[in-house]
Amino acid sequence: MEKERQVLVIFPHPDDEAFGVSGTIALHIENNTPVTYICMTLGEMGRNLGNPPFATRESLPKIRKKELQDAADALGLTDLRMWGLRDKTVEFEDDDKLTEKISEAIQELNPSLIISFYPGYSVHPDHEACARAVVRAVGQIEETKRPKLNLVAFANNSIAEIGEPDILHDITAVEDKKIASIKAHRSQTESMVATWAEKMKNQDPTLLNAIRRERFWTYKF
Amino acid sequence: MKPIEPTDVQRVIDGFANKDIYLHLETTNGAYATHNNEDFFSAGAYIRNALVRYQHGKIIGDNPYRIGLKLDIGWIYAEGLNHYEVDEQGRLLTAGLDSTGKLAVALQISTKPFE
Repeated sequence: MEKERQVLVIFPHPDDEAFGVSGTIALHIENNTPVTYICMTLGEMGRNLGNPPFATRESLPKIRKKELQDAADALGLTDLRMWGLRDKTVEFEDDDKLTEKISEAIQELNPSLIISFYPGYSVHPDHEACARAVVRAVGQIEETKRPKLNLVAFANNSIAEIGEPDILHDITAVEDKKIASIKAHRSQTESMVATWAEKMKNQDPTLLNAIRRERFWTYKF
Repeated sequence: MKPIEPTDVQRVIDGFANKDIYLHLETTNGAYATHNNEDFFSAGAYIRNALVRYQHGKIIGDNPYRIGLKLDIGWIYAEGLNHYEVDEQGRLLTAGLDSTGKLAVALQISTKPFE
């Protein structure tokens, strides 16, 4: 993995970073690279409230805020920024204002690498809106001064249309931190993590591969 | 939240009648419904902090339940409700949770705006 000057991670929901990016975040932090994580919403509209429910529609944002902080702590991430937008409304925000907000963050932090979603291939409307805004903001920067964009795509047609991911990180060295950060998002991940116990015991290769290999597409303008 | 006790919910609904109330109403299949099943037609609606006043309201059905609120010039209703809570602020929070605990519908009433 290349040594970066500064990494900026931008996602709309707490836990968007958990499965596909948190290992990469932990590796950069262990490499003494400053990492900033901007999380646009608190995932207020999450459908998982625990089973049996331990959250309500109204308590969920408070719970997820704490979970996000705990997940950041598990990775050693100290610059966590919550923007206070509302889950499932990001695509309805004013596009120019959203782009401007991201441009300001880029200007302040001067990242050499930005990690976000890939526009058109990230399924959730908030992911798509976030991805479009990030690409717009970076696109406004003079070509030679643009940070790299490593993006996450998981739509079913991703590989058919944009090919295989060109960046693969083996994060085995920090997998304990990654798993701890996934578990920190308890309200959203508890039922999934519960199904892992048996597979972990048997060193299930599919699961281990999914955890240990993080995949990104470099965005080309 | 706990499973709906219709008598208790009816009592709370009655308490909000003929007052200005703030309403949260939401239905959702989740943003990944079509990703997980391409044949699935995903639909939902969301309104937060609608300021309304109802003449009367009713909970009816046999788990899951339906709640309907009769306004002076219209109606509000939700179906599929099976859990509820009157929270520390006296707000009525009702929800319909599917067999895996995922929220599919929510109807909430408060005398103050939701955050």
